[in-house]
Amino acid sequence: FRIMAGKVKWVTDIEKSVLINNFEKRGWIQVAENEDWNFYWMSVQTIRNVFSVETGYRLSDDQIVNHFPNHYELTRKDLMVKNIKRYRKELEKEGSPLAEKDENGKYIYLDFVPVTFMLPADYNLFVEEFRKNPSSTWIMKPCGKAQGKGIFLINKLSQIKKWSRDSKTSSFVSQSSKEAYVISLYINNPLLIGGKKFDLRLYVLVSTYRPLRCYMYKLGFCRFCTVKYTPSTSELDNMFVHLTNVAIQKHGDDYNHIHGGKWTVSNLRLYLESTRGKEVTNKLFDEIHWIIVQSLKAVAPVMNNDKHCFECYGYDIIIDDKLKPWLIEVNASPSLTSSTANDRILKYNLINDTLNIAVPNGEIPDCKWNKSPPKEVLGNYEVLYDEEMVQSDGTDRDLRSRPGQSTGVKGSRAKDSGKPVLTTWK
Amino acid sequence: SWEKRILKSLNSMCTELNIPLAQKRPVNEQKELLNKWNEMGTDEPDLSLFRPVYAPKDFLEVLMNLRNPNYENGEQPSFRNHLGLIQVPLKVKDIPELKEDFSELGLNIGQLGIDDSAQVPPELFENEHVRVGQKVLAEQDSAAAQQYVRQGCPTALRADLWALILNISNQPEDILYYEQLKSNVIQHNLLVDSLIYKDVKLTASNDDYYFVFEDYLYQVLLCFSRDTSVLEHFTYSSATPPKSYIQGKLGMEEYAVFYPPNVNYNSFILSVAPLCFLYHEPSKLYQIFREMYVRFFFRLHSISSHPSGIVSLCLLFETLLQTHLPQLFYHLREIGAQPLRISFKWMVRAFSGYLATDQLLLLWDRILGYNSLEILAVLAAAVFAFRAVNLMEVTSLAAAEAVLADLSTLKVMPLLQIFLFATVT
Repeated sequence: FRIMAGKVKWVTDIEKSVLINNFEKRGWIQVAENEDWNFYWMSVQTIRNVFSVETGYRLSDDQIVNHFPNHYELTRKDLMVKNIKRYRKELEKEGSPLAEKDENGKYIYLDFVPVTFMLPADYNLFVEEFRKNPSSTWIMKPCGKAQGKGIFLINKLSQIKKWSRDSKTSSFVSQSSKEAYVISLYINNPLLIGGKKFDLRLYVLVSTYRPLRCYMYKLGFCRFCTVKYTPSTSELDNMFVHLTNVAIQKHGDDYNHIHGGKWTVSNLRLYLESTRGKEVTNKLFDEIHWIIVQSLKAVAPVMNNDKHCFECYGYDIIIDDKLKPWLIEVNASPSLTSSTANDRILKYNLINDTLNIAVPNGEIPDCKWNKSPPKEVLGNYEVLYDEEMVQSDGTDRDLRSRPGQSTGVKGSRAKDSGKPVLTTWK
Repeated sequence: SWEKRILKSLNSMCTELNIPLAQKRPVNEQKELLNKWNEMGTDEPDLSLFRPVYAPKDFLEVLMNLRNPNYENGEQPSFRNHLGLIQVPLKVKDIPELKEDFSELGLNIGQLGIDDSAQVPPELFENEHVRVGQKVLAEQDSAAAQQYVRQGCPTALRADLWALILNISNQPEDILYYEQLKSNVIQHNLLVDSLIYKDVKLTASNDDYYFVFEDYLYQVLLCFSRDTSVLEHFTYSSATPPKSYIQGKLGMEEYAVFYPPNVNYNSFILSVAPLCFLYHEPSKLYQIFREMYVRFFFRLHSISSHPSGIVSLCLLFETLLQTHLPQLFYHLREIGAQPLRISFKWMVRAFSGYLATDQLLLLWDRILGYNSLEILAVLAAAVFAFRAVNLMEVTSLAAAEAVLADLSTLKVMPLLQIFLFATVT
């Protein structure tokens, strides 16, 4: 049938209703992986195969996938940190004002990732840092896992003896990425609301890395722990106090299935504006947008900017009690499971808006298009950063200049927040 | 006699469950509670045997059956045509009077909740309004603040403006008073504590906005139930809340605790919860709530003829609807869906738990600004007006409830403005 021939053929290996309902409502046709397909929403294992040297295959112009081939440069905890460190050093070398440091040697604008080391590779460097502050708490995270699995907190060197390179008792830690850990300084002064710790989950869509074009989903949410926060060392093992992952919290005694321990970002904004004031709240959200963009810029040079790809990331951010945001990690496959009714609606709309941007008009894609969707299809996304727009003459952009709005008006906001002027964004 | 009914119900619950109304806590229990003061939300005692003393619809039944024994038929002819549930002929305002009273809500006056939306350039109203607000705060002018908030509070100034209007300054003696109440809670266990606990679990813990503040709610409400200074305001109310004495200490005033007229704590809980968005310091949160209670919210839970009392609000709502949306009113009445049956729960809770928090706070700005709860009745009528088209098509009470089930997307200021100033009457 001629009509059928024009419909997008889709495949997925993630059986989630929020995805499938969105494909079906567009009248797209489901096919199998070995058939001709136009759109494949794949898990991260599958993308590895598609782009691998041995088993990979070439994608044709009418095929789109939802991951960049080497997304792990951003989404693996150790590589993310490595790339950000490299990016900072490069900026420092070229004398960029962005890389400015304060009197303690800390980056003023680029200090948004907690101090982190790779284990076992950097074990000795870590020990040196640990000894400077022996009462500090550190968090151990396996590089390749998700959902809070394998994470634990330590405050004594003895607790990570295994990763010491010259430990006689450790079985030799293999070089395979599964055993690798990162250890980061634990943020033990998170901003608490109602006495509980929370983190932010924000969705960011990247349609191209060079030029960088990314969108922020306006409807992010906070994930609260069910148990009151305490930095007490006796509770370092209590994951219900420290880890906000829903996968962990939902096993707690007090987990509630109606709201799922989630707050909208607009609730957070209202609370912060009411209790802390508008300027500091705007500054906080500005900074959050800033660190997201910087993290993308950091990996942009090493990303395989394959034109068949787009990606929707789940950014995890923690705000400390000085209202400073910290980038904890970036997820390539943010959960599409719905823990509550509101959740389902949110994720359904997220996918809907994502597809509207990535697959224009819901028609068979041509990956050679300029990836510049019109404003009307953005839905709940707003432009976070558009490198092309920034590079063109800044004065004739019609973008809102209200402070705190996540738009491409980096120029005027950079001035508002006292950061170095327009040039930093070019 | 309504109060006697509640007291009887409380007493019978005590006998049934073999729990005294009030008793002193053993020392180890006191210690435990003190340690857990900040996280009572994770406690899980068996509450299945406790039942709420009454539900809002019970209260509505009582109001419906009120009759004025002095009422003569000849007095108010128009009231004979009143087809609503309230049968007490209290004087309520009509729209022209409301327009005068609420003149600052007029169409050509700037409002927060309308003129601060993203499409409106802030230079037109918002920036100047913020500037004026800051000035009012700097001068600590309570009367000016009350006038000012009629046009809405900027979010960053709201906490301070409300405190100024309510004359709450959180002096050391206020903090001390709160600590004293807290220690009363630690020392003595009241039956109502369990009711409070259960009600918080049922309402706030399941609420998308308020669940975060669950622990604050326990703290505030447990203290409130021991705050006999609240009794002072009852000297000008016709309510006489029961006092109880700790077992064995009958008559000794320092061992007295009082039971507020409303032992259904849902309404209390929902009137504390929004305040948690503004105040995170427990003693200040407590005082603000207490002041809001004695100035406004107690009128929603007791029977009086006051214009802001719940009876008048119900009557005002019904009259507005019957007068200005007669077709809708008659239709709903015909299908057995008396409008008050639906709107009662909104008004008795001052819309908390029904509106989005930012909208609720804009509404409460006006309660403070106009020193009256009448706006609740006006909003209730405005909501019906807004959904009139859908409501005209329903054929049952359940369907009408469904149309009005979700108010979380409503923007209250445009609704109020249109209803008062832009509807042809």
